[in-house]
Amino acid sequence: MKNKSLISINDFTREEHIRILELAGAFEKRPKQRILQDFVVATLFFEPSTRTRLSFESAATQLGAKVIGFSDAASSSVQKGESLRDTILTVSNYCDIIVMRHPREGSARFASEVSKVPVINAGDGANQHPTQTLLDMYSIRKTQGTLDNLNIAFVGDLKYGRTVHSLVQALCHYNTTFHLVSPIELKLPSAVKIDIKKRNLVYHQSTDLHDVIPKVDILYMTRIQKERFSDPLDYEKVKNAYVLRNNMLEGTRPNLKILHPLPRVNEITPDVDDNPKAYYFTQALNGVFVRQALLASILGVAD
Amino acid sequence: MEKEDLRKELKVSAIENGTVIDHIPSKSVFQVIKILNLTEYQNQLLIATNLDSQKMGKKGIIKVSNKFFKSDEINKISLVAPTATLIIIKNFEVIEKKKVEVPGYTENIVKCFNPNCITNNEDIATKFTVIDKKDLKLRCHYCEKITARDNISFR
Repeated sequence: MKNKSLISINDFTREEHIRILELAGAFEKRPKQRILQDFVVATLFFEPSTRTRLSFESAATQLGAKVIGFSDAASSSVQKGESLRDTILTVSNYCDIIVMRHPREGSARFASEVSKVPVINAGDGANQHPTQTLLDMYSIRKTQGTLDNLNIAFVGDLKYGRTVHSLVQALCHYNTTFHLVSPIELKLPSAVKIDIKKRNLVYHQSTDLHDVIPKVDILYMTRIQKERFSDPLDYEKVKNAYVLRNNMLEGTRPNLKILHPLPRVNEITPDVDDNPKAYYFTQALNGVFVRQALLASILGVAD
Repeated sequence: MEKEDLRKELKVSAIENGTVIDHIPSKSVFQVIKILNLTEYQNQLLIATNLDSQKMGKKGIIKVSNKFFKSDEINKISLVAPTATLIIIKNFEVIEKKKVEVPGYTENIVKCFNPNCITNNEDIATKFTVIDKKDLKLRCHYCEKITARDNISFR
């Protein structure tokens, strides 16, 4: 992984996924080690993302790295009309690795081609967010003991959520049985379903959450956004159909864990938070260990 | 085949030197003209479309005097008219006949259909992997979205 950019989850083999997840496990045991004190990490956030940026900066700082960067385009020279190419060429003089979030799809791949130092994609528009995918995989593997042969439900907006698309694609390597629960308007796109079919994996599509909950090991919840519906009436019809409440978790599998990429709005009621099956805040914590593993591995201080 | 050639000769007169693009799907004739910038062409240019064809039902044909296409241009032709044949003519003689072939990879020919793709917002050469030659589907190297025959356009 040394000096390799991380742009898309599809660039990684199953073996590389596992190596990162195991390294993340080591950082979970010992998150504070000053192994990156000779390194400078630049976090270039051309659009705001509090969670991802803080998680990266926390990961880097705990390993002793210096962090430089900006948290939205307004405070960078982009506002003066600088091209992405020029920004990357300049900033790559000042750091050992770039972590970048940008609103345009493909920007991270382009940055990695221009940059003198490796680039980690922290989200490029609606395209990829591979560190989120890896932390989701870490959370699944940690709570289930394996990634193989699991029943995983994806609930909510399966059409627009890049988190869902990347995770489904990654899980296709692990003989997953997929349960896809969404309103008709927000079904998983066929371009993503092609990957499931190519590997002859089983998937069930439905619009009903209740039936699915008892059958699965992981319940991956997502937010349904009002602006995705052309007719507000359609939104009103479905908005309460995909809300998880604590009493719905009776009779579910003992190993069931509930994941959510966050931010949550109302799709998981607060009474679920105290249920031991709720895992979303720990999932966010796991993001720090996965990002530590990526930084250390790409900077060549861990294998 | 000879019969078809004969009929064609009757309808569109021969050129002395240049290239004949034959077996173009009728609906793509004007698109081929556009992508090759032939609307500005100063030499003799013969265009026919909706000709009867045994192979294709209807077809179009373009005869371009004093023009021999480069591989980039041939790749463009293959993307809008995958059935096309190129016939190189010198001194009224057929020197070479070849079917165009859809390439596996294109660089800076096709425009990404995704308006939010970085290639449509910065000065960057586009790159595509052709993932389906028959139905023509190209995956953008940058945004990973798929540009298909229905929404293809050129730079």
